[in-house]
Amino acid sequence: MSPDLLKFIFGRLGFDSLPIHEPILVGTFAVVALGGVTLLAGLTYFRLWGYLWREWFTTVDHKRIGIMYIILGIVMLLRGFADALMMRAQQAMAFGGSEGFLPAHHYDQVFTAHGVIMIFFVAMPLVTGLMNYVVPLQIGARDVSFPFLNNFSFWMTVGGAVLVMLSLFIGEFARTGWLAYPPLSNIGYSPDVGVDYYIWGLQVAGVGTTLSGINLICTIVKLRCPGMTMMRMPVFTWTSLCTNILIVASFPVLTVVLALLSLDRYVGTNFFTNDFGGSPMMYVNLIWIWGHPEVYILVLPAFGIFSEVTSTFSGKRLFGYTSMVYATVVITILSYLVWLHHFFTMGSGASVNSFFGITTMIISIPTGAKMFNWLFTMYRGRIRYELPMLWTIAFMLTFVLGGMTGVLLAVPPADFVLHNSLFLIAHFHNVIIGGVVFGAFAGINYWFPKAFGFRLDPFWGKLSFWFWVTGFYMAFMPLYVLGLMGVTRRLRVFDDPSLQIWFVIAAIGAGLVFLGILSMLMQFAVSFLKREQLKDVTGDIWNARTLEWATSSPPPDYNFAFTPVVHDNDAWWDMKKRGYQRPLTGFKPIHMPSSTGTGIILAGFATAMGFGLIWYMWWLAALSFIAMLAVGIGHTFNYHRDFDIPADDVIRTEDARTKLLAGAK
Amino acid sequence: MSTDTHAAGAHDHHHDDGHAHSTFSGYMLGFVLSVVLTAIPFWLVMSGALPSKQITALVIMAFAVVQIVVHMIYFLHMNTKSENGWSMMALIFTIVMVVIALSGSLWVMNHLNSNMMPIHEMTGMK
Repeated sequence: MSPDLLKFIFGRLGFDSLPIHEPILVGTFAVVALGGVTLLAGLTYFRLWGYLWREWFTTVDHKRIGIMYIILGIVMLLRGFADALMMRAQQAMAFGGSEGFLPAHHYDQVFTAHGVIMIFFVAMPLVTGLMNYVVPLQIGARDVSFPFLNNFSFWMTVGGAVLVMLSLFIGEFARTGWLAYPPLSNIGYSPDVGVDYYIWGLQVAGVGTTLSGINLICTIVKLRCPGMTMMRMPVFTWTSLCTNILIVASFPVLTVVLALLSLDRYVGTNFFTNDFGGSPMMYVNLIWIWGHPEVYILVLPAFGIFSEVTSTFSGKRLFGYTSMVYATVVITILSYLVWLHHFFTMGSGASVNSFFGITTMIISIPTGAKMFNWLFTMYRGRIRYELPMLWTIAFMLTFVLGGMTGVLLAVPPADFVLHNSLFLIAHFHNVIIGGVVFGAFAGINYWFPKAFGFRLDPFWGKLSFWFWVTGFYMAFMPLYVLGLMGVTRRLRVFDDPSLQIWFVIAAIGAGLVFLGILSMLMQFAVSFLKREQLKDVTGDIWNARTLEWATSSPPPDYNFAFTPVVHDNDAWWDMKKRGYQRPLTGFKPIHMPSSTGTGIILAGFATAMGFGLIWYMWWLAALSFIAMLAVGIGHTFNYHRDFDIPADDVIRTEDARTKLLAGAK
Repeated sequence: MSTDTHAAGAHDHHHDDGHAHSTFSGYMLGFVLSVVLTAIPFWLVMSGALPSKQITALVIMAFAVVQIVVHMIYFLHMNTKSENGWSMMALIFTIVMVVIALSGSLWVMNHLNSNMMPIHEMTGMK
């Protein structure tokens, strides 16, 4: 074939794009390929493809989509954590003339991929998954407002994750750090596909995130059951509402910034170049207008989870519900007013820096108010130290520490010393692990029995908890010390041998966290095997307070046979107190949305389009784009969008539950 | 049946949530206003009626803002009461966010410009 034709078909992609000269990647590929083939063979052997396609991939049920989000988050956590282990090992080894085991251009990809994956494909899916699962149940709804859109959003997120994972074996990932600052990310300094993988991975996933934000806002505003006024919504629903407002308001900024960067890279515009009137500083400014709200997008739902867990396991109404809601709203607004604290050192001058320093310190006030609310909720409560509560207490201790170092960094002169140092790395891991990750784990342990009808095994859960907490402290406290000594982030080799001991301690800490992750996987496996012993038939295993516990575990497809009516906050607690009787008769057919494969097909084409754009395979990009339009328009002619669950089916489901409940008593 | 439940679908069949329904004349008025508000900036640029380019740009932006309002009223049927006031609330929130992002960026970039940009290049760029 002529080179021109080859170039037309494959664009930049050639055999030299495959990393066959990198033993680590070849080894990883072998393991992944083997695991993948085993998985595919297993699915085929047990004839699960049809089941997966019908019941999961094409489902529009918010509960299943939520579970799939969480599975995505946990799978990507393994990848992101593998990167973390490699970095910790590299930094612990590379002393006294040793180069470690990662060459520079590989190490740079590892730290970029770690950041991108952990934020976009671990934290976001975990948080979105929990919101997707819990919010409709908490507000007594049958599903989200736009169930098909929900399925599509999920698969777009998966599409972005697939692109980022592909970069491991086909080509390479960005070597720019997780926010890909220009001029380094411009075509002149990063001519290869790494930054393009970054851009298109995030753009594809970003569509999903934005749409799911719109979907959940609409759900919360429009689908609350009768009696649930705004000030009777559970706190998790409130924080979800605020998070999704933040998503809808801030993700377009990210989309536009990345679009401008791709124009710079693809068609030679000069938005963020050094010459011809471009300004890389504008990129930094804009991406943090998205980036700071992003951290609150992650942590607000976690705050909501802690609120639910604290009041449930203290057996008390949440202290200061109203102040909790207002604190959440104030954080939502303030999170837009602090973005400059990420680049105090760029040279804005004293008045700008002091303004943003002060707003940053102010945002700690509502956060502190929340902390006191949780403490007062626990005060004189009958606290049950179940797993979700353990994670919550670990969060309170850890997050306060991280918050204090954050206020320290908010002082511009201090930031000039600590900017881009390991102190900063320790700070944001302290709040993201201590806040978001602990929150997600508290949420998973709390709502798992709701989703599957049996609780998670406490022994392996506690093991995981202690490995995680001690591992976290061992891994990140040394980084505070190193940061104060002036060690900057993203370094690959070190000269000063006195620093090594701290990196070794940090590496051991990362190893403990690894054991924590393994224990958690073990916890899932053991709980599944012991599911009969861990079974819950009541649907309200924790004696909880909000509406999701009013229905069975797992809830039926239609969530509630009758839409609940709410008279108080902590609606379910109030219903229990007033001797609520489950209705046993009068069931009617229930109107539900139908499954559709359009979401996964559209996302598949979007991913193919991203791949085409990354490798300059213009035909693939154009074809996929046309196919997306065709499928999208075709879907508008799909009139089989809904069906009715016959009353008989509802009666059968509800009678089965009545028998189970009678058996439990 | 208990007082704590609600018959299925009883509350999701009423469609009147305060949507403003527009009329043919409403759409036509919006259309005509949009055309006029587009034509004037076009004419301003083509004829060069205003003395400086900067003033022209500002005037065009002002027309754009007015056009946004026209679209919101006549095409999106927004008013202070639609969707139980949620669209007004969303609009206020959006304006606050846009004002923060724009004015903040201008302020920050202006400071960066005066602090960081080498003078000789600035004169060369004009």
